[in-house]
Amino acid sequence: MTTVTPAKSAALSHIRICDFTGQLAGAGATRWLAALGAQVIRIEDPVRQGKWDILRGNEPFQDDRRGIELGGGFQNHNVEKLGITLNLRTDRGKELLRQLVEISDVVSENFAAGVLERWGFDYPALRAIKDDIIYVSNCGFGHTGPYRSFRTWGPIVQAACGLTFSSGLPGLPPAGWGYSYMDHHGGNIMAIAILCALVHHQRTGEGQWVDMSCTEAGAALLGPVVLDYTVNGRPLRRTGMPNSNRSQFPPMAPHGIYACTGDDDWVAVSCRDDHDWVRFAEVMAQPWCGDARYATLAGRLAHEDELDLAIDAATRSWNKFDLAARLQAVGVPASAVQKPAERIDADTNTSAWGLWPTVEHREMGEVRVDGEPAHFSETDWVIARGAPCLGEHNEQVFGELLGMTTAQIDDLRTDGII
Amino acid sequence: MERSESAGPGGPLSGLRVVELASSRACFAGKLLAIYGAEVIVVEPPGGHETRHWAPFAGDVEDPERSLWWWHYNTNKLGVTIDLDDRAGADALRSLIATADIVVESEMPGVLAAKALDYPDLRSLNPAMIWVSVTPFGRSGPRASELSTDLTVLAGGGPVWSCGYDDHSIPPVRGGGNQGYQTGSIFATMSALTAVLHRGATGIGQFIDVSLHAAVNVTTEAATYDYLVAQRTVQRQTGRHASVRMTTSSFAEAADGRTVHSGVPPRSAAEYQRLVDWLDDEGVREEYGEAFFLEMGVARGGVQLNEIATDPEAQAIFNAGREAIRFMAERSTAYEFFMGAQHHGIAATVVYSPEEVLSDPHFVARGFPVEVEHEDLGASYTYLGLPFICNGSASQLRRAPRIGEHNGLLG
Repeated sequence: MTTVTPAKSAALSHIRICDFTGQLAGAGATRWLAALGAQVIRIEDPVRQGKWDILRGNEPFQDDRRGIELGGGFQNHNVEKLGITLNLRTDRGKELLRQLVEISDVVSENFAAGVLERWGFDYPALRAIKDDIIYVSNCGFGHTGPYRSFRTWGPIVQAACGLTFSSGLPGLPPAGWGYSYMDHHGGNIMAIAILCALVHHQRTGEGQWVDMSCTEAGAALLGPVVLDYTVNGRPLRRTGMPNSNRSQFPPMAPHGIYACTGDDDWVAVSCRDDHDWVRFAEVMAQPWCGDARYATLAGRLAHEDELDLAIDAATRSWNKFDLAARLQAVGVPASAVQKPAERIDADTNTSAWGLWPTVEHREMGEVRVDGEPAHFSETDWVIARGAPCLGEHNEQVFGELLGMTTAQIDDLRTDGII
Repeated sequence: MERSESAGPGGPLSGLRVVELASSRACFAGKLLAIYGAEVIVVEPPGGHETRHWAPFAGDVEDPERSLWWWHYNTNKLGVTIDLDDRAGADALRSLIATADIVVESEMPGVLAAKALDYPDLRSLNPAMIWVSVTPFGRSGPRASELSTDLTVLAGGGPVWSCGYDDHSIPPVRGGGNQGYQTGSIFATMSALTAVLHRGATGIGQFIDVSLHAAVNVTTEAATYDYLVAQRTVQRQTGRHASVRMTTSSFAEAADGRTVHSGVPPRSAAEYQRLVDWLDDEGVREEYGEAFFLEMGVARGGVQLNEIATDPEAQAIFNAGREAIRFMAERSTAYEFFMGAQHHGIAATVVYSPEEVLSDPHFVARGFPVEVEHEDLGASYTYLGLPFICNGSASQLRRAPRIGEHNGLLG
């Protein structure tokens, strides 16, 4: 049996995005739309060689070669998009942008607030070009309010919204997030914003402007803990907190990450209730397991520090995968803390999912990238084409979409417009 | 455009009906659809869903109508109770699903099939419906039946490996807030809306299989692509990106004892100039004492990363820049530092605890904190607002439903 992968997903094949997004917080949004079949036309600056996206040409690199086409992060975040260049310092560049907006459903960007406005393309201007255009902006603090001009990037957003503080162990500074969690979800929530506006347009024919502040999108991921403050007056900034390897929503114990044999090897265990505790204790088979203080959740919570120390001493003689499998076999949620090689190359579930598709990039060749975590029965995602090289699709977009001749496109190149 | 007025009833998703089977894993997907205007009917068993029994409770009074988890994740939803194990209940669910545009559920694989209430059983009732399943490892796959919690999902899927402290004898850390579940819910929402647009164009419904394990695997940034592209393994560090090389600390302690994020140490001429200006504006150039190096940084047009290791002058400039920011942090409160840095164009910030966001003047000015009326308790409480603003309309939040509050919908 052979299966033929379609060239594109059909889900959003009727949608065209005029896309100024970059980095991950923006590019992640249109990555999803492109994988689901939208035509995403990514606009880059020919003068600065696309470097308004700092990931373009940045590490990791596949081999010893360096250059703006060879950055691993940029390549990962821009698969399945078309790439064009446009010099918006020029009148002809602006005129071409107007033509692109006219034939697009959405204009998306994650510049600092005010950049598009300075170029003459704020929402009223975009609307004058196409009345039902959807304009989605995403920046650190949004386009209104006293901090609208503040500078941010992922870790700044995370620190300002409460996410960094929420990750850590007692008596230590915040551990925070060891990556730009809010670049991923800034992008994903921006995708939701674009999709919401498209659904509204489908029903009513109306466009709109969506103003997204990445900091608010991040804060919105901390709901219950904020209610514990506004309703109960219990702030997360209090002695002994945060303690995020434990579970406060709902209380569970034991619930933590414990050392195993091997170099920096750890296992995560959650006992959801007394039932899980009894089974966990049977597997551990330690003298303290029968301690009456641990028989109830209230008792385990009251003596959680002592219990965690005892567990950590016992798990040190276990291999992390063996212990997780043993606990799963008796019905207790557990998992090894997986290293990148383990979850990417040795996890049967990620390979069965097809989670690491290989794309073909014009300069890099074959590269594996992130897949998508949802499979669609009728219009599944397709990730096969690598990120666009600078101006790779100028002929296709200016020629096929805007109807220009090869000679006219050559002139644009000669004149520094593209 | 301020969030001063409502855009009218509904929001962008008004007109869509969603049937959600109550769960801990997918409740955030239902919430995202509900707060943007979809009619979301959350189906609980008689007596209420398990998460209503999760502490903490309002006023610490244990009561299924007072769980803060339930309150937060079920705003703007309608609530019905149905016993799926009884014939009449199963019929009631079938009738409801026959009217749905979207079904969101998070039952373990096989659970709904055993009741003849899974997508293949119900598809003929409503061929154009979009059914989104959210499970720990997907509906099929070798690990599909494994048990999980938010902690084990994040441990197995990559995020935990990248978070923690410089000292690797301290366990790696799960970030707070049940982000594994929320990551799955975010992708479930993206999927549902994508399928709605496809259906609008073609009339075709479909089944969507969302895996939490896959979702957290593809949201770990360089931990994944550094391995995929260069076969390198990142290592966790205190409060900053896990990296193949150790980087310098990005935290400083302000005069009020609070942690601030000092950003990336400056390297460009413009950044050195802004730092000099900041020192001058505060009148502390002399006190800092190393402004000379910052001016050298301006004069030589900034320093390059590769020069810092080899050129003593570049190294002195780089260190002076980093130390100037630390100096400013140590002599101000965290908030003063945040304002001072940002007003001089330097990307740095206070590290807020989640509740502190609500009283920050910026978020207040944008209408992000929202009062939600709990008329049943004779009180109103402040909730977090919406993650994005559609057409400048105000956040409209309605309290979560009480048990069976909208059973009238079942006819």
